[in-house]
Amino acid sequence: MASPGYQDIQEGAEIAARQYPVTRLDLVRYAGASGDFNVIHWNERIAKSVGLPDVIAHGMLTMALAGRFLTEWAGDPAAVTEFGVRFSSPVVVPDDDKGALVEIAGVVTGKLDGNQVAVDLTARSGDVKVLTRAQAVVRLP
Amino acid sequence: MAINPEYAGRTFEPSEPYEVSRVKIAEFATAIGDSSPLCRDRAAAQAAGYPDVIAPPTFAIVILAGGNAKLMTDPGLGVNYAMVVHGEQSFTHSRPLRAGDVVVAQATIESIKQIRSMTTMATVTEIRTVDGEHVCTARSTLVERGA
Repeated sequence: MASPGYQDIQEGAEIAARQYPVTRLDLVRYAGASGDFNVIHWNERIAKSVGLPDVIAHGMLTMALAGRFLTEWAGDPAAVTEFGVRFSSPVVVPDDDKGALVEIAGVVTGKLDGNQVAVDLTARSGDVKVLTRAQAVVRLP
Repeated sequence: MAINPEYAGRTFEPSEPYEVSRVKIAEFATAIGDSSPLCRDRAAAQAAGYPDVIAPPTFAIVILAGGNAKLMTDPGLGVNYAMVVHGEQSFTHSRPLRAGDVVVAQATIESIKQIRSMTTMATVTEIRTVDGEHVCTARSTLVERGA
């Protein structure tokens, strides 16, 4: 859903939640596109041997989905000028056709200069918060 | 082997110049499911006021991987990557990265801290064009879990 634009946006406005499936294929594709080939993102044997429950998604893929949530809302890939997150829990991606589901939602916490707003995000996979302190500055039309 | 605390405060040599291409931006956008034409179609990007196609906000990680290479591959730093998870990440952009940019990344290790069996390493990486124009400041915290 597109943002209402800077003039009409109100502090406290909620940005409706969206769900993003993440499959093993998505992890392989992201590894290639990003250049991050850390084995814990594609090799279940090694992931488990280092104490992880299964293969986990790149934190940066989760962050990228949160970025997409914001840029699609704002209507411009360049709208997110400041963006920071803490990776609080991994997104565990099982080896099946459904993979994991990441749900992202946001709230406008303030209107800033330069047609920009501050946004706080939440990101969950199942019942687990996968991002905390997820905050962005987004320029709106 | 754990991360060597003597590396705190160290600034590494800038990376080799990285040329941002339309193909790489489109590949990255596809990998994150971003279907914006501004990441793929030069005419659409120009109609929106940009000189060429623009990258999604986390694309800078692609350049960081190269910029941090000098850091990551330094044998004295002693990182065991199978035990590393990404703790925190932030990007502050002066402008979006775009096709045709030729940039260098320079990383500084801000701190290395031992917390129980975990070691955290905070880095800041500045991404500038080869002409010196600031594009993005990226901050990362990596967490190495104890064996």
